[in-house]
Amino acid sequence: MKIIYTDSLVVGAGLAGLRVAIASKERGLDTVVLSLIPAKRSHSAAAQGGMQASLGNTVKGMGDDEDVHFQDTVKGSDWGCDQDVARMFAHCAPKAVRELANWGVPWSRITAGDREVVVNAEKVTITEAEEAHGLINARDFGGTKKWRTCYTADGTGHSLLYAVDNKAIEMDIPVHERIEALSLIHDGKRCHGVIARCLVTGELRAYIGKSTTIATGGYGRIYEVSTNAIICEGIGQALALDTGVATLGNMEAVQFHPTAIVPVGILTTEGCRGDGGLLRDKDGHRFMPDYEPEKKELASRDVVSRRMTEHMRKGKGVDSPYGPHLWLDITLLGRKHVETNLREVKEICENFLGIDPAKDWIPVRPTQHYSMGGIRTDATGESPQLAGLFSVGEAACWDMHGFNRLGGNSLAETVVGGMIIGKYVADFCEKNTLEINTDLIEASSSKLSEEIDRLLVGEGTENVFDIKLAMQRIMMSYVGIFRNGPELEKAVSELKALLVRSKNIGLKCKKRHANPELVEALRVPRMLRVALTVACGANARTESRGAHAREDYPQRNDKEWLNRTLSTWPDENALEPQLSYEQLDVMKMELPPGYRGYGNDNAIAHPDTAVREVEIEKILTELGDDANRFEKQAAVMPFELPETLRPRNERLSDTLTVPGEKT
Amino acid sequence: MTSPRTISFNIFRYDPQDPSDKPKMVTYEITEAPGMTVFIALNMLREQQDPSLQFDFVCRAGICGSCAMVINGKPTLACRTLTANFPDGKITLMPLPGFELIGDLSVDTGKFMRELAERLQLWLQPDANDIDIHRLETPMDPAEAAKLYELERCVECGVCVSACATKQMKDSFVGAVGMMKIARFEMDSRDIRTAEDFYHVIGNQDGVFGCMTLLGCQDACPKDLPHMQQIAYLRRKMAQTIVSC
Repeated sequence: MKIIYTDSLVVGAGLAGLRVAIASKERGLDTVVLSLIPAKRSHSAAAQGGMQASLGNTVKGMGDDEDVHFQDTVKGSDWGCDQDVARMFAHCAPKAVRELANWGVPWSRITAGDREVVVNAEKVTITEAEEAHGLINARDFGGTKKWRTCYTADGTGHSLLYAVDNKAIEMDIPVHERIEALSLIHDGKRCHGVIARCLVTGELRAYIGKSTTIATGGYGRIYEVSTNAIICEGIGQALALDTGVATLGNMEAVQFHPTAIVPVGILTTEGCRGDGGLLRDKDGHRFMPDYEPEKKELASRDVVSRRMTEHMRKGKGVDSPYGPHLWLDITLLGRKHVETNLREVKEICENFLGIDPAKDWIPVRPTQHYSMGGIRTDATGESPQLAGLFSVGEAACWDMHGFNRLGGNSLAETVVGGMIIGKYVADFCEKNTLEINTDLIEASSSKLSEEIDRLLVGEGTENVFDIKLAMQRIMMSYVGIFRNGPELEKAVSELKALLVRSKNIGLKCKKRHANPELVEALRVPRMLRVALTVACGANARTESRGAHAREDYPQRNDKEWLNRTLSTWPDENALEPQLSYEQLDVMKMELPPGYRGYGNDNAIAHPDTAVREVEIEKILTELGDDANRFEKQAAVMPFELPETLRPRNERLSDTLTVPGEKT
Repeated sequence: MTSPRTISFNIFRYDPQDPSDKPKMVTYEITEAPGMTVFIALNMLREQQDPSLQFDFVCRAGICGSCAMVINGKPTLACRTLTANFPDGKITLMPLPGFELIGDLSVDTGKFMRELAERLQLWLQPDANDIDIHRLETPMDPAEAAKLYELERCVECGVCVSACATKQMKDSFVGAVGMMKIARFEMDSRDIRTAEDFYHVIGNQDGVFGCMTLLGCQDACPKDLPHMQQIAYLRRKMAQTIVSC
């Protein structure tokens, strides 16, 4: 078997993986990236709306800074996130945006003077400062206090991915395409690389690295209807789960996007609503203000998705052969806006619906969209159980999203997380040597070879495509937007039955190379184990937090559930994961749990919350009135960052208020 | 309501890794469903009739460019081609010409595009001094940013390469995709390369002066990129470079 050695091994060539690879290569490390597909085809390209960074250039972003971005992120997460990570992230996001400008991203820029925008269904004129002319623009997104989402029309992910991949090409970073990692090489303490299969030749290869970074994206395709690309199947999470040692975090935290088109589930960006688009029911009535009078269409995604579902349950959906849907109305933005800033949306409407969104309403409904859960890492991106195993982006539970991710924070996480974690990956590679135990490599590859042999020569009778579809339908029906005990029980027991059946998959196509049926047969049992972590975690979590909404437990229960679900799969013959919980420490939080700002405040408080609030008050009083926001923040919750990322971010407001003085 | 029709797919089949295999066309039949795309149909064929069928899809939404193939003689994206567009219900699928065949409808566009990027240096080459990520970014004309994004919408699907007669005759020709990208960097005020620098890369028969202006690229581009305009723009620039020397 071919063994390929490197320093920094990265699995996944989307934005997060490429950014880590660049960070490794910048430090002179040998770096190899594995990818199912050409890097520029990665799902990162599908992000339309933009990335959040508190540049505060536009008039609607004035006063924005890391503190406000941090607070929005923590509230958005329903206090499920790691606040250290949210701080690291908010601090570095402006740096990532500016770095990307230097790598070629043509960010949409501000034009000084008056411009007309649509806010709350009304045309409003805003006036941009002369000093802001030509600086990076931002649009409004749900769940944010300021206009913070930087964008290039509605092709932001495309622009970013192309710029970052171009940078990787410039740096001569090899991307091994059409390679699928299928197991991790590890000894229970340290990860040494992966065993991967070439999807063209069927050849198995060992990739050995000092560090192994999983950046394979989310697991949306365990659901039948998803906005995700069809490669987002959760194999990266399965790689970690199948070690029996590494943990997955918060797998039940699955986000539904409010506005995917019906029936195919292709996304129309949140930018549609951010730019002023409205949701309407079968009577043409704009219903969101009835439910969320303050935030309306721009409440956070989990809230809007649930309100839409509630409204359809009241019989207000539009009937269609594919079930009820609602309307997204962007006609009021005007043709020019639609054809420039929402151009991808226009193309999607034309090609898949045969409609013109500048004059027709778009049929939409909430659809599986984002995986907040993933490979549990610490703040440096490393698995606490397996040294040398890192994870970044949607594949990871780093965990800045907690139980609900804000629009514009996922694209930001890929490049900001990659920027930060990439430095820690490089540190790890510099501090550690390559460890090669050929017995270990042999054992890992034999196990995979046997699995493949069994599939190719076995007499199994189960059809892999049938099992996959059954799994996707179970997840859609019973582990969806609203969840309850009986349905989750049903999901768990049906998924277990499928996992048993999956041990008896039989193949019609017996080719060892280039065999799409074999590819599925290797993936589906792995996907089933991932699906079981989602269903079991959801069943056990008897509260509602962020995107995890239990009809039978509607309260957010900080008293009992202010924790992170951890899943492991120590016994490979078991039919369900082992769950354990990692407590979130209120006494270390900068922002103790509070009201998130939607509907009734029904949270059951954690006893430490009041104590911590008093403590924070005391810390701030002792600091005195002269302390600036940075000093206050550092006193309440100090956080770590690689040294080169620590400098403060300059903003237009700094130069405007204190001419000539840089912060 | 009329009953759904049966459509037939005539598909190119060949496994270049199997020495005993020969290229052939195989016909499959499928019942059409409302809103069916070639993406949906091919997946149904693979799941229900022939699990060995090879083809590529990633985003299935016209965003990633992976599923380009020749559909009834025209190179285009399969994911957003509705079967309803073909009144006689007969659809012939061939792999894109001009790329290494992986098998059946799957071709290696990734390898081609990476080599092209390396050969033409298709990345931004800014002034190295301009990289303090902690400070305010350098302003850029909003119109320029918008223009650059327009040219950057290429998804590297390879359709322009397959639709180009020059490229089919001359392997070293950079194709519309190469020229579009050069134009994008040439127009970017952040890039320090000059027209003279680009002249060395595309001011020849492999570049702007090799193009026969048949404009298959412009006609077939699924993103409606202005290839004609960009090739003309680059020709003018390159010609000016010669005159000014």
